[in-house]
Amino acid sequence: MGTTRKTSRDSLAGRMSQSFGKVANAWGGVVIQGINTLGDISLFTCRMLMWMVSSRPRSGTLMQNFYAVGVLSLPVVALTGTFIGMVLALQSYHQFKTMGLESKLGAVITMSLVRELGPVLAATMLAGRVGSAMAAVIGTMRVTEQIDALVAMGANPIHYLVVPRFLACVLLIPALTIMADFMGIVGGYFFSVIVFGIDHAQYLKNSRDFVGGFDFFTGIFKSVFFGAIIAIVSCYRGFHCQAGAEGVGRAATSAFVESFVMILAVDIVLNMFLDGVHSTFWPTSGSKLF
Amino acid sequence: MVTTVISKSPPSDVAIIETQGLSIRFGRQIVLHQITLSIPRGQTVAIIGESGCGKTMLLKSLVGLLPATEGTVRFDGCDLKSLSEAELTKLRRRFGFVFQNAALFDSMSIQQNIAFPLDQHGVPPGATAQTLIEQRLMEVGLPTSVLPKRPSQLSGGMRKRVGLARALILQPELLLYDEPTTGLDPIMSDVINELILRSQRKYSVTSIVVTHDMHSARKIADRVIMLYPYSRLLPGESQVLFDGAPEGLEECKDRRVRQFVRGEAGERLMELLSISSVSHVDETPRLHDTIARREAE
Repeated sequence: MGTTRKTSRDSLAGRMSQSFGKVANAWGGVVIQGINTLGDISLFTCRMLMWMVSSRPRSGTLMQNFYAVGVLSLPVVALTGTFIGMVLALQSYHQFKTMGLESKLGAVITMSLVRELGPVLAATMLAGRVGSAMAAVIGTMRVTEQIDALVAMGANPIHYLVVPRFLACVLLIPALTIMADFMGIVGGYFFSVIVFGIDHAQYLKNSRDFVGGFDFFTGIFKSVFFGAIIAIVSCYRGFHCQAGAEGVGRAATSAFVESFVMILAVDIVLNMFLDGVHSTFWPTSGSKLF
Repeated sequence: MVTTVISKSPPSDVAIIETQGLSIRFGRQIVLHQITLSIPRGQTVAIIGESGCGKTMLLKSLVGLLPATEGTVRFDGCDLKSLSEAELTKLRRRFGFVFQNAALFDSMSIQQNIAFPLDQHGVPPGATAQTLIEQRLMEVGLPTSVLPKRPSQLSGGMRKRVGLARALILQPELLLYDEPTTGLDPIMSDVINELILRSQRKYSVTSIVVTHDMHSARKIADRVIMLYPYSRLLPGESQVLFDGAPEGLEECKDRRVRQFVRGEAGERLMELLSISSVSHVDETPRLHDTIARREAE
């Protein structure tokens, strides 16, 4: 009887250690894969930067990408910016009214838009509209041997495909952010002043008093990093696309999801960094975050 | 390792491309093992072999599209491994590659597709881009009316011919074809074969053609190389089962070569069925176990 119990205890311990081993093995695999991907993306970025400084991309491919990233994204960024400004006004008005602070609504809406919502929203729209398309196009080129054809004809695919897309994202996302900020402010103003009847002069005065040049700079500065993330992650996913339609679809989805997660993570780091910069140069005005 | 060179074309001692102990592996999977070949200038070589034996990998490794895991590839005496990316890019001006599905750029017109190598390397002196494009298009039997069209608007045979025109635009010294006749009707396949022969005669280009099409191999090749999947070789065997003139294929002593050339399934079907039944047998004890456990419960 005792021997049976001991044997069953031993087998239970054996099973537990076996399943623990399996879990550890699976997690180890995930960690190793993550480190590999990170290293791979870093090398990919380095090669792209090297090609960017060593050889100028052709104006034809550059303009084509500038048009796709900048001009074609403008309407959707402007529209979402307007709606987010309106939603902010709608959500905040009743909360502020109970405290009698509705005239301060302009400051809150403008500050939220120029520091956070404008750049993040423009980046999200860009990741969805342009990033996924980049991954899908490059992925299809990979699957149909068009990238091999580029190499065989003496064109470097990083220089030909990635550099123009990177430049288009990095150089044009600030303009899209400004558009999102502006349309958001217009949308917020419309809802606050026209619909809720807040005093027009008070609304503008509070916006002007509370929001400074540094807040505007913060949004624009962050957007450059967001643009770089979108281009690098999307092009990397396209280049490492698996074969078949499913592979291309997966590359497009991961390009958006990974870009979005990285945008939010980098946003936190940049906010803390910029707050540090602000506190260093303007110690008397206090922290913008804490 | 077989390195015999039997040719029916004018003999040329100088090898334009050669491999020495070339191996390609992906993790534990060995695709090519110790391939040593020497291809003289002006020769047309057909590489045959069943699917998955590494023909396309060999073709891609010859132009540096796929780096060799071991061994060397030399083009005109120059080791591809020792070249920088910029030097390799410059060297590729001397290659032309016709891809299996043409690999034309979807986002460009036919004109832009054919002109792409000219954009990269410049127009040769004494010619204009437009003249060269129209001339190559004429050589592959296509009208100039296709120039503004997109690749998606052309048939498979037309796309392959545009791919050939693009590969020929800079008059390369070495032309590589990856299954040029696959997916085409017999007449269009023969048109492609004729075009390969014509370009070889006109430009004295060295051609390496990967194909499954024995009619095509016999028609265009001076020399045939047959590869065999590494995983099915006997210990110590070379992956190159045959290397010689196409006339020698039928008389080859190796049964596997004759079987491939004649297109006979032979024992291959039984092999495949036994592999699938082994995986089925593997599952049986587990299934029995599950049933026994359920019954005990």
